[in-house]
This record gives sequence, structure tokens and C-alpha cells, in this order.
Amino acid sequence: MVGHRRIEVNAVGDVTVVHFKDHKIIEDLGIQELGQELFQLVDSEHCKKLVLNFSSVDFLSSAALGKLITLDKKTRAQGGKLKLCNIRPEIYEVFAITKLNRFFDIKNDEADALAAF
Amino acid sequence: MPPNDSLSWQCDRAIPSEPGAGQRLLDQLVDRLRQMQWAQRDVFGVQLAVEEALVNAIKHGNGYDSTKQVRVQCRLSPQLLQIEIEDEGPGFNPAAVPDPTDPEHLDVPNGRGLMLMRNFMSRVEFNERGNRVVMEKRPDGCR
Repeated sequence: MVGHRRIEVNAVGDVTVVHFKDHKIIEDLGIQELGQELFQLVDSEHCKKLVLNFSSVDFLSSAALGKLITLDKKTRAQGGKLKLCNIRPEIYEVFAITKLNRFFDIKNDEADALAAF
Repeated sequence: MPPNDSLSWQCDRAIPSEPGAGQRLLDQLVDRLRQMQWAQRDVFGVQLAVEEALVNAIKHGNGYDSTKQVRVQCRLSPQLLQIEIEDEGPGFNPAAVPDPTDPEHLDVPNGRGLMLMRNFMSRVEFNERGNRVVMEKRPDGCR
């Protein structure tokens, strides 16, 4: 897989696991880049089983949520599945307030996410 | 000098309408909140609400127009944060923003900033034109 500025990508079996390089996902240009790199996994590399591991993420803004929603739509459109995991409590509260905890498939940790495919 | 006075902080800044232009101010505010030993959840909530308000002002209000600025006035004590953010844009009607938790809007990628501001802050009010927001936060235990 090609090198990325915003994410680290690893294959675990047939599942693509993504870790984030930024602790804070807020800056507008960075979010645009992050979106492009995530979308490329689905649009160009045709990954159909995706796990986003948020263990390194301390903070994210609503603009980042928007990219995750678009990624989920793209993944579903390709017949794939997206799962999120290792979300710290403060960030999970953001998902809960916006009811996106019902939209996304959120697992406690990476092992749970991998086992859920 | 009483302890509360020595810990209080205020600022009045004009920041340019560029992506990330408010980051330094936001970092300073977060440092002050931590010095005042605000709870982590409160610090996170203030950081998120102010970030969302700054993005609204810089991006949606001023449209990244380099001839326009965003004015930020902030007063902080251990018991209360008051912050006012004003842009030079035409303003907007916050009542017209759809509820992003409605099932028909749940998969729309944008429109959640205002809801997050209102959930994490104690008070959020806009002026009539809709180009200035005043937010307050009382940390847990001071409500």
C-alpha cells in the first residue's frame, strides 16, 4: 500500500486496519488530507473490511465526523463494512450526543472489531 | 492578591480568516483551564465548542476572506469561562439549522458543530444578526 501522511495502514488477514498519525484531528487542511487518504482505501484500493483504530486520537472536531460518515457510505456502496474501535470516553460522548454511535458500528477494541466481520 | 484573581485570565484578539488561525489561542485557553484544574471532560468540551465556533466564524462566517478578521474576547476564572467570537460575515439563523440527529439527517456529513457547542457549554447565545456567539461554561461542581 502507498505511504500516507495522516494514517498508518496494516493488513490483518483480509481486514484493513487504520491507525491515525495525528493526536488531534481538527485542522481543516489535515482533515481534507485525512479524508482523501481514507477514501482512497475504498475507491482505489477496494478495501472492503475496514477498521479505524482511534487509540492515538485525543480530540476530533465535527468536520472529522463528516469524513467518517462519507467513508462509511463509500464502504457500504462497495459492499464493504466499516468498524470503529478504541474510542476514548470523551470522543465517544461526541458520537453519542450526535447519535452517530447508532450510525457507526463501534467496538471496544481492535480484537472485538476484527472478530465482528 | 486573592488566589482567584491570580488565576484569572482574559484576552481580546483579532485573528485572520485562515484555517487553523485560532489554534494558538485555543492552546493557550486549554493550558489555562488545566492550570485551574478544570476536569478533563470540561476541558475537552470547551476545546471542542471553541474549535467549532472558530471554524464557523473563519470558514462559514468570513469565508476565508483575508480582508476579514475574527474577534475573540475571553474571560476566565476558576469558576467561569465567558467567550465571545464575532466574525464579519452576514450571519446566520441558528434556529434554521436542521437537527443532525433526525433520522433523515443522520448521514449528512456536516451540521453538527452547533449541537456540540450547545451540549458541552453551559450557555450558547447568538446576536440577532447571527455573526456573534457568546458562550459560557461553568465547570462541574460550580453549576
